[in-house]
Amino acid sequence: MAKSALLKSSIAKKYWMALTGLFLCLFLVGHLIGNLQLLYGGENPSLRFNEYALFMTTNPAIKILSYLTYFSILFHAVDGIVLAYQNQKARPVKYAKNRPETNTVWASRNMAVLGTLILVFIVTHMVNFWSRMHFDKNMPLQTVEINAGGMKQLFYLTTDGGYLPKAQVDQGMVVIKDRKYFYDAQANVKIKEGYMDLYKITVEFFKHPRYGLIASILYVIAMAVLGFHLYHGFGSAFQSLGINNPRYNMLIKNFGIAFSIVVPLLFAIIPLYIHFFLKA
Amino acid sequence: MNLKLKIWRQKNAREAGKMVDYNISNVSPDMSFLEMLDVLNEELNNKGEDPVAFDHDCREGICGMCSLFINGEAHGPDRGVTTCQLHMRKFKDGDTIYIEPFRAKAFPVIKDLVVDRSSFDRIQQAGGFISVNTSGNTIDANAIPIKKHDADRSFDAATCIGCGACVASCKNASAMLFVSAKVSQFALLPQGKVEAHERVLNMVKKMDEEGFGNCTNTGACEVECPKGISLENIARMNREYLFASVKS
Ligand code: HEM
Ligand code: SF4
Ligand code: FES
Repeated sequence: MAKSALLKSSIAKKYWMALTGLFLCLFLVGHLIGNLQLLYGGENPSLRFNEYALFMTTNPAIKILSYLTYFSILFHAVDGIVLAYQNQKARPVKYAKNRPETNTVWASRNMAVLGTLILVFIVTHMVNFWSRMHFDKNMPLQTVEINAGGMKQLFYLTTDGGYLPKAQVDQGMVVIKDRKYFYDAQANVKIKEGYMDLYKITVEFFKHPRYGLIASILYVIAMAVLGFHLYHGFGSAFQSLGINNPRYNMLIKNFGIAFSIVVPLLFAIIPLYIHFFLKA
Repeated sequence: MNLKLKIWRQKNAREAGKMVDYNISNVSPDMSFLEMLDVLNEELNNKGEDPVAFDHDCREGICGMCSLFINGEAHGPDRGVTTCQLHMRKFKDGDTIYIEPFRAKAFPVIKDLVVDRSSFDRIQQAGGFISVNTSGNTIDANAIPIKKHDADRSFDAATCIGCGACVASCKNASAMLFVSAKVSQFALLPQGKVEAHERVLNMVKKMDEEGFGNCTNTGACEVECPKGISLENIARMNREYLFASVKS
């Protein structure tokens, strides 16, 4: 009894929706702090961001968190769609005249549509950035131009804080393996590791002469959709978990509304900044 | 007042129904909504037509029998009332009024505006009671001291009249407000604590089996409930259910 009660019943599905949803809210905060480095990179924004990207793809604690995030998104989406399907079936004959706007807010009635749009966004977003960081064979490595002996020369930045002349790779003395490791061509030993240039990918994506503007606009729209999802979802998750106490209700509600506005807004500023203001 | 009515007509549970237009004149603003329908039915009777079937009993807002989804809202546009307590003064001369049965898979239409709400009874039978001996040695209700705060909450939950407006209003046809009221009224009292775990597990199980939808916390039920049953009860049931499933 108890086991199936914690997995299959209507209420249990809501616990899982709420737990995965709130975990995804935490994920959003972490992701946002990372993205904001695109704006606040200090002296060398690209290096700062690429160091962050390296950390995010290699740190073992982050690995665990990222698997939890993949799982949460999948579970939340599948559970949400199952719930929406069951709810659709629970009223086979619709009303000829219905005025739901008199007793509910719009966001609360459209969680499944909003969620599905978010899912579409997440998939495209992962194709554009995540999959390149993880799988792209031609992922660029970060280079800098340095004045060496009166001549401008390109160098790869390496994770030990050093530089590797690009000319050595061009001339075949050093080869790149596994997308980011520099190998001595003759001895076939690994000498250094480069930074995958996610910064460049991101900036080029939003500054693309043809598609940069539309990409930025779609990104902003996706964040608005996320905002509406969270406008209802954040407070709703607490109710699902049985947390409803007059002493804290206003706090939860107001925090949820602030969260649903501030987080998507900060996300949305980034592509707009890159597209319109960042000097290439 | 003269009104145009659009009413759901359906011969029986098996046949398909449809909205049918009626005109009604000389409606007094002081009539209740059900009295207005009585007048319509009298006219239909006089013409030899089949009167509109609708549920009603006490006509004073305590039995929960009268239902009706009026102009897009359960029990019509007024708040905190049942349909028998709704007055025609809430409408204007010349209005068009849609009158439909409460819609839910778990509330099948029997005829016209009458729906079968026995799914609520079956949920109650699954656990909405306490097992006490009533054969002559009943214990005085005041023998066990109960905190006023808890007694008040329990009493508020107990005012649910089982009308089903919560289900009718919910976009998911969820019965959570009703079931949570029935769970809460006992969960808050010492007499109810004995069977608390089985009660919530069994009532939710039955609720799911009856084909009600899942709650998405939109809050339509609380707004449309004639008795002002609070969403706090749903949260309480969610807590009760969590503890019950972990412990048993
Ligand atoms: C970063 C992404 C997302 C976050 C932060 C998020 C957050 C939340 C939260 C906090 C809730 C409230 C849970 C509750 O009421 O107990 C919720 C509900 C919901 N989410 Fe998401 N969500 C995200 C993505 C998605 C996706 C991809 C879908 C895909 C279909 C989705 C579908 C839903 C649905 C249908 C509900 C309503 C479920 C219900 O109330 O029964 N969400 N979401
Ligand atoms: S909770 Fe309110 S709307 Fe639902 S059955 Fe009880 S009295 Fe009617
Ligand atoms: S007829 Fe009893 S509540 Fe309306």
